[in-house]
Amino acid sequence: MTTTRLVVVAGIRDMAGNRWLAAYFAAFVVVAQSLFWFGGTGPQVVLSLLNVVLMVVPLVSLVFGAMHVYASREFVELLLAQPVRRRDLFTGLYLGLALPLTAAFVLGAGIPVLMNRGFGANGIAVLALLVAGAGLTFSCVAIATWIALRTDDRLKGIGMALAAWLATSLLYDGAVLAFASAFGDWPIEKPMLAMMVTNPVDLARVLVLAQVDASALMGYTGALFERTFGSALGSLVALGALALWCVGPWFLAARRFDARDF
Amino acid sequence: MIALRGIDKRYGTQIALHDVSLEVRPGAVTALVGPNGSGKTTLIKTILGLTRPDAGTVALAGVPIDREGEYRRHLGYMPQAGHFPEHLAVGEVIQLVDALRRGIAVDDDLLHAYDLGAIWEKKVSALSGGTRQKLSAAIAFRYAPQVLILDEPTAGLDPLACGILKDKIRRVRQAGCTVVITSHIMSELEELADDIAFLCDAQLQFSGPVVALLERTKQPRLEGAVAALLRARSGSRPDAPPRYDVENIPTLERP
Amino acid sequence: MVSTRQVGIVGLLGISVVLCVRVAAAQIVVDPRGPVRSITQALEMVKAGGRITVRAGTYREPTLIVRTAGVTLEGEGWPVLDGESQRAVLIVTADDVTIRGLEVARTGVSNIEDRAGIRVRDAAHCRIEHNRLRDNLFGIYLQRALGCVIADNDVTAHGDGQSTSGNGIHLWYSPQTTVERNHIAGQRDGIYFEFSAGGITRHNTSERNQRYGLHFMFSDSCRYEFNTFRANNSGVAVMYSRGITIHHNRFEQSLGGAAYGLLLKEILGGEISENAFSENSTGMYLEGSSHLAVRDNDFVSNGWAAKVLASAVDNTFTGNRFEGNAFDVSTNSRSSNSTFDRNWWDAYKGYDLDRDGVGDTPFYPVRLFALIVEQHQPTLVLLRSPMVAVLDAAERVFPVLTPEALVDKHPLMRSPR
Repeated sequence: MTTTRLVVVAGIRDMAGNRWLAAYFAAFVVVAQSLFWFGGTGPQVVLSLLNVVLMVVPLVSLVFGAMHVYASREFVELLLAQPVRRRDLFTGLYLGLALPLTAAFVLGAGIPVLMNRGFGANGIAVLALLVAGAGLTFSCVAIATWIALRTDDRLKGIGMALAAWLATSLLYDGAVLAFASAFGDWPIEKPMLAMMVTNPVDLARVLVLAQVDASALMGYTGALFERTFGSALGSLVALGALALWCVGPWFLAARRFDARDF
Repeated sequence: MIALRGIDKRYGTQIALHDVSLEVRPGAVTALVGPNGSGKTTLIKTILGLTRPDAGTVALAGVPIDREGEYRRHLGYMPQAGHFPEHLAVGEVIQLVDALRRGIAVDDDLLHAYDLGAIWEKKVSALSGGTRQKLSAAIAFRYAPQVLILDEPTAGLDPLACGILKDKIRRVRQAGCTVVITSHIMSELEELADDIAFLCDAQLQFSGPVVALLERTKQPRLEGAVAALLRARSGSRPDAPPRYDVENIPTLERP
Repeated sequence: MVSTRQVGIVGLLGISVVLCVRVAAAQIVVDPRGPVRSITQALEMVKAGGRITVRAGTYREPTLIVRTAGVTLEGEGWPVLDGESQRAVLIVTADDVTIRGLEVARTGVSNIEDRAGIRVRDAAHCRIEHNRLRDNLFGIYLQRALGCVIADNDVTAHGDGQSTSGNGIHLWYSPQTTVERNHIAGQRDGIYFEFSAGGITRHNTSERNQRYGLHFMFSDSCRYEFNTFRANNSGVAVMYSRGITIHHNRFEQSLGGAAYGLLLKEILGGEISENAFSENSTGMYLEGSSHLAVRDNDFVSNGWAAKVLASAVDNTFTGNRFEGNAFDVSTNSRSSNSTFDRNWWDAYKGYDLDRDGVGDTPFYPVRLFALIVEQHQPTLVLLRSPMVAVLDAAERVFPVLTPEALVDKHPLMRSPR
């Protein structure tokens, strides 16, 4: 555990000086603040931020995450030559990357909301947005780490991270749309909701939307959606599924880290 | 001190090490030589547990190495190129490794010799390649290891720093440390090495005292002796095109 | 000429005096402790144009029928007329009757008759005002009544299902009725018009009804203004009528798959202006209607602001404000037969180089995704997915994707309100 703690702290210190991470943080501050400046009210800001979060958080977590794992490969060799256990070291490296990225997002998006008293009546929605973004970061960093650990070619690995981003953010939903169009005559509401659980980006979206009143507006499907994900149990299930999307890839990456040659 | 028995290692279809058995004498400096891609680095990483062999065993002082990695407390390692997190300060890197290896008395010789104290607060990103190499060397020697593994330690170092390093290698050897070193500079190895292990085409072609090699190849210098080994290797397969310019073994090649 | 006028004045005076005397003479007081203890008795005694004052108390009597013209039946201190869940309470069958200040309660449910708290049948010019109607199957029921006024009543029920609940204010073949300042809640339909033309409905609040806040059919030339329809299960539905005017109303919080702020079906000609549609699943639903002028309305925070089906033709939308809706306009086909011009859309991202207040590029309010959702409802789970954002962006790059027929060629740059 000491190993993990030491490596996490070192990772956080290293990331604290990272200009890209600072830019990531600043971008969220600027976007969130300008949403308020342009006269946004609570729920509108949450929904606008949601669009940004769903695109940017996975992209940055995947690509920046993979690049970071590649960049630290030699240092990892040096650390592995010390008397440490691989799993402890891996946990430290993962958290040392995921925690600063999460903090940059949560603070970057959260501070403007706090300053503009955007919590208020939308507290739950804002909280859901921050939790969803954090979960997405942890999940995507794990996926990126896994990709980078199993692909030695850096360019290929970053390409795969980009592909993973495209797949989770766009292609998956495209496929769902195609499915819905093909089987439009069937009662597919429930399969559709199930499909939302099997993609972390959709899960994050669903978690937030269920907390924004807007989804109740959306007729029968909206009501079903609200009932499914808006209830305490539904939110817990969605949160649990998102947690699985963090633990699953993390476990794969950890196993890869244990087994691979450096 | 280090006993490798029947080490096999493949990467996909490519054979990196084939049936390598090597005994590294305690308290001696063993030079690991061979052309690029002959498996030197793989062999070193196998000893460190960074790479796991497909077959064979590695034992340190008679004890087989395990996955726990506690045995590495007795090992010092200087990789081919020192890479550290860009935004950590020199001091933070050293303190991190200190903390990971807690409870070991430290040897500050190289730290002082390279005057790393003066750049203690400096970020790694601001360091030159040579300075990073110095930091890497300082860390390798810092924990007074029983076994030192140096992968191309002098590459990138200026002559003065090089001299300091070689001097330090001699002194730890005198203190009883076992050293495994790779280099493409034969003259350098000639100065330092007691024993030599020659790897070519993933196999160990020769291992033994330097003098034995000179005697066997009837060469006055190590460089000539290694060239003769290479020539003999390619001569044994007359149909094979010569793979290396044996008269001019590459002296320095960085990735 | 002069003498004729003088005669006229004297005559009028004479009639007035006679009337006053008659009214004064005909006042009957019903009191649980007085000489006249039942309303039934009072109704038997009352003469045409007479007044019955009912004092506080609970009156459990057989169904009361007002057969005498010009009678005023007035409560003092909210007397309760209790139907004991057994019967209709009050029926008016004479002209010029006024019912005021009564609490009419508990008709109970019947499967064979439409029991009402107050029913007016085949009568003209009644006034039903300032009454309380509590837990009746139907509240106020006008059946072949002409020119009545229903004002300031509070009609509430706690029905537990559509089958057991009737309408709050129900008009059947009752033209030129004025319905104003009433509050209706918890009935099946709040206000119901069928075959009742030329009415005015204003300043009412109709909320939490089990079906429609307002429901009218076959009722031409009616006016609906300054009403609030809120959180009714299915919103408001108006059908099969001509020449209607709907303005300054609020349509709010109609939530659900078949709930509409305002559903218009087969409406021919009319004006829908300056209303506010907010927080409805669908703000306005237009089907098979034509020649409607929809102007200066606010559509704010709805799921779908307006669904305009292809069967709706020649309607014009101008000066409306569309803000914070998940979908602004949706339709069921790629072609549209209604016109949108000079509306304000928060989703419009155009520019105004000549600074005339009108965007230089047209706005296409029907997004491709809205069309997909219209055809395949379940795709709604992808709402606000990045994929949908990409779809929107793709539409900007390849306008061919956009359902083109529906276009606002002159989108306003600034919100009109």
